Amino acid sequence: MNKAAVKKPESIKISYFNQKLLTAPYLVWSAAFIVIPLCMIFYYGLTDKSGAFTLENVISIASAEHAKALWLSLLLSFVSTLICLLLAYPLAMILAQKNVSRQSFIVLIFILPMWMNFLLRTLAWQTLLEKTGVINSVLSFLHLPTLNIINTPGAIILGMVYNFLPFMVLPLYNSLTKIDPNVVNAAYDLGANAVQTFLRVILPLSVPGVISGITMVFVPALTTFVISNLLGGSKILLIGNVIEQEFTQASNWHLGSGLSIVLMVFILINMLLTAIFDKNGEGNAL
Amino acid sequence: MIKKYAQKIYIALIFIFMYAPIVTLIVLSFNASRTRAKWGGFTLKWYGALFANAEIMQALTNTLLIAFLSALIATLIGTVATLSINSMKRANRALFMSITNIPMLNAEIVTGISLMLLFLTLRAKFGFTTILLSHITFNIPYVILSVMPRMKQLNPSVYEAALDLGASKSQAFFRVVFPDLMPGILSGFLMAFTMSLDDFIITHFTKGPGVDTLSTKIYTEVKKGIKPEMYALSTLIFVTVLVLLLLVNHTPKPKEPKMPGRS
Repeated sequence: MNKAAVKKPESIKISYFNQKLLTAPYLVWSAAFIVIPLCMIFYYGLTDKSGAFTLENVISIASAEHAKALWLSLLLSFVSTLICLLLAYPLAMILAQKNVSRQSFIVLIFILPMWMNFLLRTLAWQTLLEKTGVINSVLSFLHLPTLNIINTPGAIILGMVYNFLPFMVLPLYNSLTKIDPNVVNAAYDLGANAVQTFLRVILPLSVPGVISGITMVFVPALTTFVISNLLGGSKILLIGNVIEQEFTQASNWHLGSGLSIVLMVFILINMLLTAIFDKNGEGNAL
Repeated sequence: MIKKYAQKIYIALIFIFMYAPIVTLIVLSFNASRTRAKWGGFTLKWYGALFANAEIMQALTNTLLIAFLSALIATLIGTVATLSINSMKRANRALFMSITNIPMLNAEIVTGISLMLLFLTLRAKFGFTTILLSHITFNIPYVILSVMPRMKQLNPSVYEAALDLGASKSQAFFRVVFPDLMPGILSGFLMAFTMSLDDFIITHFTKGPGVDTLSTKIYTEVKKGIKPEMYALSTLIFVTVLVLLLLVNHTPKPKEPKMPGRS
């Protein structure tokens, strides 16, 4: 049974029970609920109502309305990913230095807010952002110009940053804590100043975290339909809104699936980038 | 010195950003006026009305039941899967880990509609069961990813020592290996429970008419205006979890069981 252990002493693997019995449940489950459903999107996306093969559903992304939605989604998700990165990097650096317990940090930034429903939290931004809302009351009290971003793309970006910021902080924090402090000290000893040390030592070493953070923020931001619905005043259509409507209102599953295939191409590019830069997959581990 | 203050202020600003909506919701739960826009004075009436609202209570029951059952089943399947993946050969292992990563990295909307298409094709009745199956599916990866690191830390010699000392295989597993995996299994369960509780998108596509979780109930209420009872309920849930967390962090931890395995 322990043949593997004899052959490769450096990575001893033990089968605690019958390997086939252990593999079966997950094999069946993932085939039925992960692999087959994904194949069905491709089936529906590449056929028409009569079941004949067609590329029409996929190509319809080029129609004016769909292309506009996709372009806006790409733009908004790009901007919010960038803002997330800029906000999260300093935070991750501070937290990594402070040796905050990893567990309590994750709970505070990740787990605890989730117990307050995500839709309600996003809706609360409406209350905060409204013309006569909390933020504007404070601003006008301080005689500062008021903010009119509710029901604009700006509000959607804010909602994206708010919802997905933790997904950026965590991988960055993970990769920053892995940097050997001696390497940083060596840079200082060899005469680098703080900026040089950051640009030439810390930043390059944190690239896996950056890449994995970008993936974790970009994909949900690109595909959201909830945030745009709640904060965009339902006038702004993102590609997620278009797909959601095809499924729940128009019941045109073929078109909806075709557009999802296009979406998956972007997700796939993202996954490939992650695979190239983050070989151990450590950034994804929570 | 200045740097230290700047850092503290930065952390504080981020936490204000993260928690501002939560505080807003808590304040709204005490708002006597029915609309979000106006402050109508302090009241506790929504907390009373909450328990009389059968629809919200039903949605709460559904949410908790689905979260508990899906986390439990996902923990079972996920833990067994981790045991199996851990002893796989390299190629199979990579394949299984990629499949595990699909629901994590794929967009929720794609996972949601893929499951919807599956259930449509099977002519399944959309409702509690379809939501439960979907939640188990997206929960399993969280369990696997939280048990796997514990699994890798295990010292196989300990298991072998147990066998040498006369334990049967299952004794050696359940009394030596399993306790070492327990923290990972537990945090996987909690993670899965939380993810299921907060899920909206996948539930939205796999639910049927008449069956609602809190998320889908809130979504249908958005256009008409959220009932203030909902704020009261979220506040209660949030405060309960907060208190539990504080209690866990402030009670002295029980001594680690005397296990020779690395921790």
